[in-house]
Amino acid sequence: MTIEFIHRQSAHCESGVTANLLKHNGYSISEAMAFGIGGGLFFGYFPFIKINHLPLITFRGAPGSIFKKCASRLGVPVTSRQFRDPQRGMDALDASIAAGIPVGLQSGVYWLPYFPAALRFHFNAHNLVVYGREGDEYLISDPIIEKPVRCSSAVLERARYAKGALAPKGRMYSIGQVPGEIPLAAAIRAGIKEVATRMVKVPIPLIGVRGMRMLARHLQYWPDKFGDKQSIIHLGHLIRMQEEIGTGGGGFRFIYAAFLQEAAAVLELPRLEILAQEMTQIGDMWRRIALLGARRCKGRNSTDNTFPALAELMRECSLREEKLFRELLHVVKK
Amino acid sequence: MRHDEVPQDAAILEQWHEIAYAVDEDGSYVLVPSAGWEASNLVNVQAWEAIGAQIKRALEQIDSGSASPLLYHMARNQMSVGLLARYVGLSRWRVKRHLKPIPYAGLKPELRARYAAVFQIPAEFLDTLPPQVELPVELPLGSPLDGINKDEYL
Repeated sequence: MTIEFIHRQSAHCESGVTANLLKHNGYSISEAMAFGIGGGLFFGYFPFIKINHLPLITFRGAPGSIFKKCASRLGVPVTSRQFRDPQRGMDALDASIAAGIPVGLQSGVYWLPYFPAALRFHFNAHNLVVYGREGDEYLISDPIIEKPVRCSSAVLERARYAKGALAPKGRMYSIGQVPGEIPLAAAIRAGIKEVATRMVKVPIPLIGVRGMRMLARHLQYWPDKFGDKQSIIHLGHLIRMQEEIGTGGGGFRFIYAAFLQEAAAVLELPRLEILAQEMTQIGDMWRRIALLGARRCKGRNSTDNTFPALAELMRECSLREEKLFRELLHVVKK
Repeated sequence: MRHDEVPQDAAILEQWHEIAYAVDEDGSYVLVPSAGWEASNLVNVQAWEAIGAQIKRALEQIDSGSASPLLYHMARNQMSVGLLARYVGLSRWRVKRHLKPIPYAGLKPELRARYAAVFQIPAEFLDTLPPQVELPVELPLGSPLDGINKDEYL
């Protein structure tokens, strides 16, 4: 059983799956739009939550929220289910495919054989679409990968029941009937408002622009606190969170700028076009931090990539983002 | 990032390309395939070096008789005691115990099979260890684990 499904490669798995599923259901939307409406952008720094002894740094919101929020803001019904029993989970997947409904799956990257070996870590919030089955093989549209791929049922079951942090527990989701009238403009405003509020208005020093400043403050003293070797490992970790596959570059800042650009046209707010340009420049600055930081990791030290210099760049990012998101709040309110 | 500046530094993505968002001459966003970026390649290698170092430490501990072969498979699969315990469906303290040579030697075939299934190898291969660290990726020349037997690096 194969469902006619158009595979479009995207930068980020969840916004890609969301856009592709929506398109399949007759509502054409870009990945950037799905990302923006779903409120995908975020910054959080949680030094007390450790992953492999390294602090949790994230540039994205909670897994699953882009899909859920994007669909609900567009007024599109979704179903999302988890199954404790793997057999039932696989049966439900088969039933959905047999009914002609492509299914989004949360899965653990570590077990997916088609993934580049160098990127197979225990990351459990990866998203992909299953659109068919031939014998024992499932046909998969993984939005990170250029072409559709295949996976045996045993392997797919393993990936769906990956264990550890963010365990998918067989989570599968799909989109129902798209309504005739879609409140696109209101959805865009809601998405922008959510992200901007999170970035500048939440009185918790760990998230948004305040989180960036806290990270900058800590990062500056990493060599004193952790010693040379550990501080390099911390820096490498930060860069991986920001740039490793699935961000579209610059810790999702470019994909968000693309969204703002599209939003400017839909809402007929030329000011958003200017803010998109500013977001692009901020993304370039994050890339600069990554490049300089990577050079330090490699031992190519110079005055522009000392830890205080990197911290200073990050502070500048936070100041520019603060200004931008405050203005965004103002612009979408009108 | 401009579309003609999208990096094409192939390394970790193998034959694949990832999508980068960049602006064209008119300042409009376009999706550009990228073979990878030097900065992310570099920190990816750093992450694999850490995994390699852990595998190496495990092999040494097994060699000196202070750990069971499970420690190797655990490190090879990038697992912590907690994660392995979840996969094999045992409590942490039992997994910890099985990481010691003597309790490991007394493991029932049923438990050995469960561990082997998690590591996706036949149970009789649990005790077969490689002479040196083997990673699923190739580390670039000059990396601390390159040619792996350079003990002086670790």
